This record gives sequence, structure tokens and C-alpha cells, in this order.
Amino acid sequence: MECVFGLVGDGFALIAADTSAVHSILVHKSNEDKVMILDSHKLLGASGEGGDRVQFTEYIQKNVHLYQFRNGIPLTTAATANFTRGELAIALRKNPYFVSILLAGYDKDIGPSLYYIDYIATLHKIEKGAFGYGSYFSLSMMDRHYRSGMSLEEAIDLVDKCIMEIRSRLVVAPPNFVIKIVDKDGAREYGWRESIKDAGVAAA
Amino acid sequence: MKLDTTGLESFASFHGEMDDLHGEFWAPPSFDLPVCADFDGFQKNAIQMVKPAKGTTTLAFVFKEGIIVAAESRTSMGGYVASQNVKKIVEINPYMIATVAGGAADCIFWHRNLGMKCRLYELENKRRISVAGASKLLTNMLYSYRGMGLSIGTMVAGCDEMGPSLYYVDSEGGRLKGSRFSVGSGSPYAYAVLDNGYRYDMPTGEAAELARRAIYHATFRDGASGGVAVVYHVGPDGWKKISGDDVRELHDKYYPAVQVPPEQEMMQVPPV
Repeated sequence: MECVFGLVGDGFALIAADTSAVHSILVHKSNEDKVMILDSHKLLGASGEGGDRVQFTEYIQKNVHLYQFRNGIPLTTAATANFTRGELAIALRKNPYFVSILLAGYDKDIGPSLYYIDYIATLHKIEKGAFGYGSYFSLSMMDRHYRSGMSLEEAIDLVDKCIMEIRSRLVVAPPNFVIKIVDKDGAREYGWRESIKDAGVAAA
Repeated sequence: MKLDTTGLESFASFHGEMDDLHGEFWAPPSFDLPVCADFDGFQKNAIQMVKPAKGTTTLAFVFKEGIIVAAESRTSMGGYVASQNVKKIVEINPYMIATVAGGAADCIFWHRNLGMKCRLYELENKRRISVAGASKLLTNMLYSYRGMGLSIGTMVAGCDEMGPSLYYVDSEGGRLKGSRFSVGSGSPYAYAVLDNGYRYDMPTGEAAELARRAIYHATFRDGASGGVAVVYHVGPDGWKKISGDDVRELHDKYYPAVQVPPEQEMMQVPPV
């Protein structure tokens, strides 16, 4: 029941993801962050089986950092997307990773971009995309209301519309979502949309 | 389809000749069963979808004074209770403990292996390993055996420089940091009691009693859980076993048997 979706706006790209960690009927956690900050200007929203998701995204993150250490300059978003797709493709026929990824990044000369990378190593550069059961609702919502070059307020409004639609129509809808954006000032968390707060100790 | 009630026919045979009116009255009782291939299958399939494979109940939660870790002690092989006295909380080192759920051999072996790796880390780096590090070591080991049939659902709890930390690690390679977890077939039952009674600033005694109660309720409803409810506390100075109570005794304590006056008493007929 995972929901990850993202879109590109005017000078920024954003990714929203649900934050439930689920095991059959049990919700182990409702504040699990599934959108990784890959480096200063890249976001990686992943959905898939628990172990694969964490291991694969951390592997990509460490390799992206390694490139920067070795060469002194960060990878571009397009290069990162192709590298990620390559790793999935190599593993596919041997030991596939069951993770689908939305990669959002900001490059100084190109601007914001969003890439769709499937678990069978499909790669597409897109303006808007979604994974998981939530995609059945968010894709058409975005198709209907998305325009190229939306402002941040309009984009967050569209994201909220998608989240509300998922909450009301998806049978076991995740209660909480996290929204992260990346623009010229870097990749950062924009906000949470919570309908259930975990009691006690602060979110991990 | 009618039930076979030939065993009841002797009742009808006492009454010899019957006319039509009485014939139906004295016919052996029977009723129609639903006409479908597998009547019980629906309920069974629903339960099978939900019931996780790990027949146990373990729980752990973080609170102000550290971490409480609790488990029951039954091992079942299908419907057979193999033991009521199994240790499901294993000590990795004097300040970190872990729970066992799933395959007993898998869990105990890999926890011993983890203890060895933690000790090697200590010797190489001259400092204790953090709980995050220990759980990551375990996750990476388990991830490399993914798909090969290991069955482990474990929680690693300890106090390190970051304070009390609790991680859930399973054989699918998942690893979650959190403040409240329960693992096993009895976990939904335990979660309900635990979530309702939990407060971050409980004193240790109350926290231990909450854990004990949650385990008891899980053993009451889940057939694969039972035996002894064991409660440990992990503080900054290390772990300490608080209690181990037989759940049958806990039942009598929480729900003491009440003498129900009989509705009707057999009276002695006074001799004539």
C-alpha cells in the first residue's frame, strides 16, 4: 500500500511519499522516511520491499558520494539516474532488487528534473510520476491539474489534493506523508501531512 | 445434503407401527448443510493471510528510564507445544539484548554470531559498538541470505551514547528504528494493550507491568504463545531481568476465579 509520487515545478522538483512501515496487517511504524536525500541537490523516493529499499538506496547514496570524493564534483541528476538504472539492470537477471524509484534533482545549468526508474530497470525522464497503489489515484489527479512551471504553492496544493484522494479512496490508506523538495538552495524536507501521531519519543 | 443420523434411528424404532402423521414427527432429526465445495475455506484463508509465520509474542518499548523488553516462552511445532520454557530474550553483551521470533535455531545462531562481531568491534576500536551499528551488522548479514529461507524477526535493544535505542530487524532485510515494537503471531494482541497503556514518562515498575500484561493478553488469545512472561529492563548501566511469571498464574491474578452460586441446587428429599 505504498504511495510515492513527484512532480517538477518552476525551479524546483518535489517528491511525496507515505511513511508507513507495514507487515501483513500490522503497521510497525507510521513515521518511516522513504525519501532519501542523496546529496546536496538530489532526492530519491523509493518504494518496494523493506530490505531492498534501504539497502539499494544506501548503496546508490554511497556510490554517489564516492564519485564526488574521487572527482571533486558531484554527479549530475541524469548521470545518477543512468547509474541507478544500470545497477538495477545488472542485478535484474541474477538477484533483482524489488524497488521502484523516483529521482528528483536540481542541476545549475539544466534546472529541476525528475526520473522514473522501475524495478525492471526502466528509465524515463518525466514531469510527473507515481508508484504504488496510490498511483492509481495520484496519476490521474496530476494529469488533470498539472501544468508546466507551477509555483510552489500550486504544486503543494496539487500534492495535498492527491494525498486527500488517496486517503479517501485507497482501502488501506497510509495515514501520514512526507514531502521533500529540491531547488537551487538544495534538497530538504518541506513538511509532513500527518493524521496519526506516534506517541512518545520523537520520530526516528 | 443431509447429515447421516442413522445412529439416532433406534429412537424411532421403539414406536412400531406409525401412520403418516406420526411418521414425520418420529423421523430421525436432520438438517441441510450449505451447498458449496469448501465451507470452512473462507475463514481459514482469511486467517492464513493475516497470521504471520512466527509463532511467538515478543515486545519492546522505549520509555524515560530506558527500554523494557518482554517475551513469552512457548515453542510450538504446528499444533504441538514442544516447550513452555524457551529463552526468547538473548543477551548479546552486558548492555544489549535481543529478542527471538521465527526459527529458534536461526535466531540463536545469528545472535551469537552478532555477539562475536560486536566483541571484535570492541577489540578493534577500543569502544563499545552502538546499537545502530550492531543492528546494521545483523541486517547486512541477514540481507545476504535473503530468499534462502531464514526466518528471523528480532528486536535489538540497548543503551549507548545516543541514549536508549530500539531496532526491529527481520530476515527479509528490513530494519526499522522505533520506540515501540511487537513481533510474532501474538503481536497484534500485544500491540493493542501496549499502545493503549503506553506513556513515555512511566516509572519502571509500571512499564514492566504494562509489558507483562500485554504478553499475558497475547498468550490468552494466541495459541502459539504461552508459558512464562519474561520481562527485562535495559538501562544506561546494562540489562537486568525483572521478572518471569507463568501466564496461568497471571491469569488467576488478573481474573481471579469468582464463586458463582449455582442456579439450582439439588435438594435432599427429606426421608418420608
